[in-house]
Amino acid sequence: MAGTTRKFTLTSWIGLALIAANLVIFLAGPLLAPYGLEETLGTPFAAPSAEHPLGLDQNGRDMLSRMLYGAQLSIGVSLLAVGLSFSIGVPLGVLAAIRGGVTDIAMSRTVDAIMSVPVLISALVVLQALGSSLPVLIITIGLLDSTRVFRLARILAQGINAMEYAEVARLRGEGLVWMIRKEILPNAMPPLVAEFGLRFCFTFLFVAGLSYLGLGVQPPFADWGGMVRDNQQGILYGLYAPLFPAAAIALLTIGVNLVVDWLLAGRTTVQGENR
Amino acid sequence: MTEVADRVLSIRDLRVVAPNGAVLVDGISLDLKRGEVLGLIGESGAGKSTIGLAAMGYGRGGCRIAGGQITLTGTELTQSGKSVREAMRGARIAYVAQSAAAAFDPSMRLDRQIIEAPVQHGVMTAPEARAWMLELFRALQLPNPESFGLRYPHQVSGGQLQRAMMAMAMAAKPDVLVLDEPTTALDVTTQIEVLALLRDTMRRYGTSALYITHDLAVVAQIADRLMVLRHGKEVETGATGEVLQAPKADYTRRLVAEREGSLRPARGSQKAGGEVLLALDRVSAGYSGLTILNDVSLSLRRGETLAVVGESGSGKSTLARLVAGLLSPAAGRVTFAGRALEGSYRKRGIADLKAIQMIYQLPDVALNPRQSVGETIARPLTFYRGLKGTALRDELRQLLALIGLPDDFADRLPGALSGGQKQRVCIARALAAQPDLLICDEVTSALDPLIAEDILNLLRKLQDELGMTYLFITHDLSVVRRLAERTVVMQKGRIVEDRPTADLFQTPQAAYTRTLLESVPELRQDWLDDIMARRAR
Repeated sequence: MAGTTRKFTLTSWIGLALIAANLVIFLAGPLLAPYGLEETLGTPFAAPSAEHPLGLDQNGRDMLSRMLYGAQLSIGVSLLAVGLSFSIGVPLGVLAAIRGGVTDIAMSRTVDAIMSVPVLISALVVLQALGSSLPVLIITIGLLDSTRVFRLARILAQGINAMEYAEVARLRGEGLVWMIRKEILPNAMPPLVAEFGLRFCFTFLFVAGLSYLGLGVQPPFADWGGMVRDNQQGILYGLYAPLFPAAAIALLTIGVNLVVDWLLAGRTTVQGENR
Repeated sequence: MTEVADRVLSIRDLRVVAPNGAVLVDGISLDLKRGEVLGLIGESGAGKSTIGLAAMGYGRGGCRIAGGQITLTGTELTQSGKSVREAMRGARIAYVAQSAAAAFDPSMRLDRQIIEAPVQHGVMTAPEARAWMLELFRALQLPNPESFGLRYPHQVSGGQLQRAMMAMAMAAKPDVLVLDEPTTALDVTTQIEVLALLRDTMRRYGTSALYITHDLAVVAQIADRLMVLRHGKEVETGATGEVLQAPKADYTRRLVAEREGSLRPARGSQKAGGEVLLALDRVSAGYSGLTILNDVSLSLRRGETLAVVGESGSGKSTLARLVAGLLSPAAGRVTFAGRALEGSYRKRGIADLKAIQMIYQLPDVALNPRQSVGETIARPLTFYRGLKGTALRDELRQLLALIGLPDDFADRLPGALSGGQKQRVCIARALAAQPDLLICDEVTSALDPLIAEDILNLLRKLQDELGMTYLFITHDLSVVRRLAERTVVMQKGRIVEDRPTADLFQTPQAAYTRTLLESVPELRQDWLDDIMARRAR
């Protein structure tokens, strides 16, 4: 990112606006909420009205308020889990690629073994055994996701490590730290940033899945994914209720991806084609 | 003046614009008569490939034909619709690319790919197309023409694949061929063979062609007329002989002079040479059981330039990698400055790593795209010599001056440099280590002729000023002649000849050296005829 000024495009503005809106909700959601988190205010699945712009949920609670409260958990859990998975997966993946040999085989096969069990099953076992609390939830998702990040980081680093500029550095006698920090990571950034955006969105949905099974965010606390699941029977009766939290997830996902696309536009390729 | 009916291709005031608005080709007009070959000459970025593709009514990567007329056998392409243009491509005009390997579908047999165009365009029925393909295979002297088409692309050699691509281009009997550097990727000995067959086949069937190349000597053998291009504009056009013997434009004169200069021997500075710096004694090496270097012995004195020449697969690059420490010898001894040299760079001490530096063929991938020129050159200065602060900045400035780049280039990323400038930065990075030996692996192969000459001059200057020792790996004999005092010729992993360059060029001893030397195209137009006649005897 060496001092290049980036031109704002229409899509970048939309993406930045969506992220900014989510950031405000994330930071100040409960203050903005007109009603309490657990207040029962009317009949379940009441249609949107003047007092309740997004209607009521399956228990007759204000949908808008619950979504504003839910933002902290939804975004916070995903962000922390993805952050954790990257801070584990990237260094290990790059290390495996540079060291190669036994180190690489041991690490890669371990990751393969973990990945051979469906993520949901692994998560269920861990959460069942340790009980579901937020730290356990975040660490479990972060660890399981780091296997995917490891594989991406490893394959990227292998490609870069085979480039001649990396060979020049090795022949110069550079150590591991320089190789990772100066030669490999800066050139692996674009695909990693894109992956971060995607992983963030996947984690959202994964937390929703766990919540549905009773192992994610625990009631009465709200998270957007869980709210979709809780209100899903509404769809059968042609009600709006589940669409609102789903739309919130979709908008954040689109916002993140628009910004990621914008950040990556005009970047050099890994191959150093400098286009 | 040409009869209108006789013109197969006519381009008027062609203007091609890139998506970012840059004008790639501006105001080009040309005419091609039936059976005529027009050579388009110029360095990269001159717009020669763009003109070739525009002749087919095509713009690559979003490039747009913004103005002018292109008339192909009576049909105006720029005004006609997509379906008309597509009907012409492959049928009336066909394209031959530089890399045949990339032009063929690896999962399809050759014959199916070759008869596809004529059958698709409804020019011929499948049996007719097959019969014509066989005739082309015979004309192009492909081995076992009847069964050649049954092979897959990976089952034939590079030269054969290039000829198969010629057959594919001519499959629908087009009026015009666009030949884009069709022999550049081939070894010199294969190149003349393909070149001669290409020319004879086109002559036999009266095919016209736009022949795109950067190599004046190659185009001299095949083109009736030449158009010299620079920055998308025409520099001069004329009969091949006139342009080569009496170039009018200054730029053409420089191109011709460079090519002629390359055929003259190097300045005769036969330096005495110091003590032996690098010695290989009966070294063999290879990858996983495959022996690539076989019993190689050579020695290099301080201040000397030793060229290692050979075709692809001769083991010359493996030799460079072995000296650099990227490959350990399986047998034999390597000594450097009187001491035994460890096989792997991992085991070498920092002093040995510092003393042997390498410059690569492709400066694009040899520079980290995320490090500025300054960072790139400064790293060896701090790493090997511990320079900091003002001393570092002074040394950096001196190195930039040495390679002929202004100070403010230090802040640029490699993406903002031209190919020649990138190679200069690579040289500066190597020099920053104050090495004793510089391994140059095909350092000029990816550069345009005039730029390559600048780089060679720079290397020569550095040798005079700093007493550098070069191990120069190349397939280009003209480079050898201009730079090296001594030359080693390699074939299939063995050294076939090791002598002073001047002697080697005058009286080549090994048969392979003779073949290699006479395969280098000369600027004379009758060179190809001469050499083919000599070989026929």
